[in-house]
Amino acid sequence: MQLKLPSRTVVGFITLLFFAALVTIDLALSSPIDPYLAPYPTALGSGQIPSGAHCTDISGLD
Amino acid sequence: MKNLRTWSSRSVLGLMAASIIVLIFLAAGPRAAFLLAVGLGFGLVLEGFRFGFAGPWRVFVTERDGRGLLAQFLAIALTVIVAFPLLSRFPGELTGAYAPVGLAMIVAAFVFGVAMQLVMGCGSGTLVNAGSGNLVSFLALLGFIAGSFWGSLHISWWTSIGSLPTYSLQDLLGATGGMWVTLGGLGVLSLIAMSKAEYGKRKPPPRLLWAALFLAVLSILNLVIAGQPWGVVYGLGLWGAKLAQAGGMDVAVTGFWSSAAHAERLQQSLLTDVTSLTNIGIITGAFVVMGWRRGHQPQAVNLNLASWVVVLLAGIVLGYSARVAFGCNVGAYFSGISTGSLHGWAWFVAAFSGSIVGIKLRPLVIRPSVSVNPVLQTGIP
Repeated sequence: MQLKLPSRTVVGFITLLFFAALVTIDLALSSPIDPYLAPYPTALGSGQIPSGAHCTDISGLD
Repeated sequence: MKNLRTWSSRSVLGLMAASIIVLIFLAAGPRAAFLLAVGLGFGLVLEGFRFGFAGPWRVFVTERDGRGLLAQFLAIALTVIVAFPLLSRFPGELTGAYAPVGLAMIVAAFVFGVAMQLVMGCGSGTLVNAGSGNLVSFLALLGFIAGSFWGSLHISWWTSIGSLPTYSLQDLLGATGGMWVTLGGLGVLSLIAMSKAEYGKRKPPPRLLWAALFLAVLSILNLVIAGQPWGVVYGLGLWGAKLAQAGGMDVAVTGFWSSAAHAERLQQSLLTDVTSLTNIGIITGAFVVMGWRRGHQPQAVNLNLASWVVVLLAGIVLGYSARVAFGCNVGAYFSGISTGSLHGWAWFVAAFSGSIVGIKLRPLVIRPSVSVNPVLQTGIP
């Protein structure tokens, strides 16, 4: 069975719309962002330990 | 008239990208905007220069073409030269991509290698190809998100099977020694690749050399701005967790997501998450390049229905295995090796071995029904 496929432009738009929807849902459900509490523009020079999570982060593993 | 239309559509694309950066700046501050811009840069470079990870591994095995693989080693080596001294000089502000080598991690990296050849895309490649309108990759990306979240629910169990402590080359050999050993290792890999490659397929073209340089610069910027190296998988798992939460699942009580660092990410907006920002930037950058140069193009391949199902399943496996393996080609291979993690090397060996199996498996389980546009069949992998 062969399906008729949308063009790359259409799929590209669908991808962007998917992420726009994801961010919108997230903004509605997450704690509001306070731009006045935004971190220093760069981690280097901030004097703070990096707090962003990474795929190699092993915190939370028993 | 056609030129005017092209100029106009390109202006819209540029305006769109700039607007997203400004909006993120207003919503979440300068660091978030910088990270989105870095991600956008990754997307522009990967799609614009057609620099990939899975594809070069594939052509190295099938056509003895070592050019893409050598460009990868070059990009990692350039990053090493700056990242090692930075990590050594600013240990309180910057960290590398360090994870433990373990049994499950190695098997998962092998499985990731198999799956990435089935969907013809790795972590970054799936994002780039989805952004540039590849339907196979879009479907694989949905699976990747689900699989990555699913893997996060089981990662503690997998890791408990057997893991070494987390080692870095800096711990074992010091910053300078670790850097030279890493560069030496990449040099040895390059020599092996050159010796196995066919004559005429050993020297990366300028396009790939420029891409390697730009990727190294962007990955250093990522490290400096975020405080951690470039990654992909965490963001995808987080998106899955957010969607599951929106669907009513109490994700916060699960082992992984109840730990302080992950619970905070779950509670805070995606616009404050480092990896999510660069991932969204990558997708947007790839979309901009696609719109810039291609216009309305058809899909490269059409598949039969069973193969579409296989793509979705392979996407789930891709995400699950990347989570258990502590990263994909970006977080584990590129960032792991370039910041001194031993697990990056183990990941590369295991994933490359899996890739060889995946290359053999692909024609058996993924069957294109019609080749719509053979010229476009070489996506960014």
